[in-house]
Amino acid sequence: MSVYGPVVKIHPVVLASIGDSYERRNEGASRVIGTLLGTVDKHSVEVTNCFSVPHNESEDEVAVDMEFAKNMYELHKRVSPSEVIVGWYATGFEITEHSVLIHEYYSREATNPIHLTMDCALQSGKMNIRAYVSAPMGVPGKTVGVMFTPLSVKYKYYDTERIGVELLQRTRDAPNASSGLTSDLCQVGKAASRVQDMLATVLTYIEDVLSGKQGADNSVGRYLMDLVNKVPKISAEDFETMLNSNINDLLMVTYLANLTQAQIALNEKIVVL
Amino acid sequence: MASRKESMSTPTAPMASTSSGATLDSPVKQIQIEGLVVLKMIKHYQEEGQGTEVVQGVLLGLVVEDRLEITNCFPFPQHTEDDADFDEVQYQMEMMRSLRHVNIDHLHVGWYQSTYYGSFVSRALLDSQFSYQHAIEESVVLIYDPIKTAQGSLSLKAYRLTPKLMEICKEKDFSAEGLKKAMIGFEHMFEEVPIVIKNSHLINVLMWELEEKSTVADKHELLNLSSSNHLEKSLQLLMDRVDDMSQDIVKYNTYSRNLSKQQQQKHQYTQRRQQENAQRQTRGEPPLPEEDISKMFKPPQPPPRMDTLLIAGQINNYCQNVKEFTSQNLGKLFLAEALQGHNS
Repeated sequence: MSVYGPVVKIHPVVLASIGDSYERRNEGASRVIGTLLGTVDKHSVEVTNCFSVPHNESEDEVAVDMEFAKNMYELHKRVSPSEVIVGWYATGFEITEHSVLIHEYYSREATNPIHLTMDCALQSGKMNIRAYVSAPMGVPGKTVGVMFTPLSVKYKYYDTERIGVELLQRTRDAPNASSGLTSDLCQVGKAASRVQDMLATVLTYIEDVLSGKQGADNSVGRYLMDLVNKVPKISAEDFETMLNSNINDLLMVTYLANLTQAQIALNEKIVVL
Repeated sequence: MASRKESMSTPTAPMASTSSGATLDSPVKQIQIEGLVVLKMIKHYQEEGQGTEVVQGVLLGLVVEDRLEITNCFPFPQHTEDDADFDEVQYQMEMMRSLRHVNIDHLHVGWYQSTYYGSFVSRALLDSQFSYQHAIEESVVLIYDPIKTAQGSLSLKAYRLTPKLMEICKEKDFSAEGLKKAMIGFEHMFEEVPIVIKNSHLINVLMWELEEKSTVADKHELLNLSSSNHLEKSLQLLMDRVDDMSQDIVKYNTYSRNLSKQQQQKHQYTQRRQQENAQRQTRGEPPLPEEDISKMFKPPQPPPRMDTLLIAGQINNYCQNVKEFTSQNLGKLFLAEALQGHNS
């Protein structure tokens, strides 16, 4: 399905923020809306921040606190001056008529705003994060309507964000949804086991292909060849010397660090005497 | 071979010693952070703080029994204008008022700061944390280390000032005697509070979705074998601090030498006086008036001990970080050795 319009790249901060404001919504409100901030590129819109805006919605009318939205935007701008309003979000599954009105307001703030929906009530069992852009439609001269065309959504992470998200993923499995931060060697162990899992997947695929259960794919085969060739062929002695010198460096640094710590501890004791 | 095995067992010890052994007797025993706060802090540093600048922000949340729950945060703008002070207070007030409208906890419970290679033990931090802790008893400062995080694992620590240090800051008595009285060493300045990350169930669902939809990470920084760059920088900072420390020690030594020299001079003077007086008495003349000795020999100023304490704490921190780093790298090197052994 070809999509018209920019690709929307969302950072996980935005989604977590939307989820949090949904949980904190007022009594009786069925959905939450807010502004999306970010940067616009030629072919993509990157959404990096958001804040929720209080609004009242009833059957026939909708009221959005625009003053609040303006104020919040000013405050946010002081911290990150490069972020602009790129659109707005709403929790919920469908796009209602009220959304059209709100979208009109946002088109005044930003050129071609995007509308993001996130289904926090999990009506279809999934979160259904979707983005839309509005396009006018209708017969010219007669009633003109607005059509929301969907855009493709991708998730973009900074490197450090990815590491943070990986840590947060661990709370999924814990029974009380919490986890502590791990110590150093545990982390190396975990990373190694992750690589091991990946290798196991690749191995099962290869075995399937060899035994004929699965057809061979040339591109995958080329990747595999790259992978095997990447392991450097070093002679055993060279490797020994490299390894030993590295280990010696690290041991020396550890020794020096311990020495320094002992020194300042001694210094403290002597001064206090 | 024996030395290698020994150093493998020491890395496990540092984790226990950072929590200062004994149980914390402060009102906050644990910190519970929501995933949202973590993500926001990461984003703030990534976008606004490059190089050695620190980024700061405010933590919002509430206190539940002996846990401090941090549920949201917002960043502070950098100090670029001259009238930054007034701006800050106003900015903070406006932010908190606006957040209250959307039902976000607007109680101030602490602040966060990013750090460059672990160098955060400074006078500024001490002062800020003291004013926070004075106003709000349970406040903490979260230190986020982005460089360590970029190497593969989130580095987030929570610190509070020990009650002893709070006392001293209250009296503003930073002299050597004051610190000696309170028996404060650099280990008793800050206490670390354990952190737990808690996500609501909705956020957990979000995590599942993200994992499904996002591409697999193509960078496994944690298993990176190169260590010299990071080590160089850390050691450079450590050396600078040790230089500062040695300067301080030299100052202290000159001070104590001056002091003892002065004592000697005083002693000699009083002795001479007594001798003269005794002589004059034998000759029948009136004795010389006793002069005020203290006015003649002004005691030298003792150097301030607080900075030395801070430097010592900072050095300790650097050493801790270096040790953690080397222990991780040793593990990785052994992994590489095992792999290579299989190949050949």
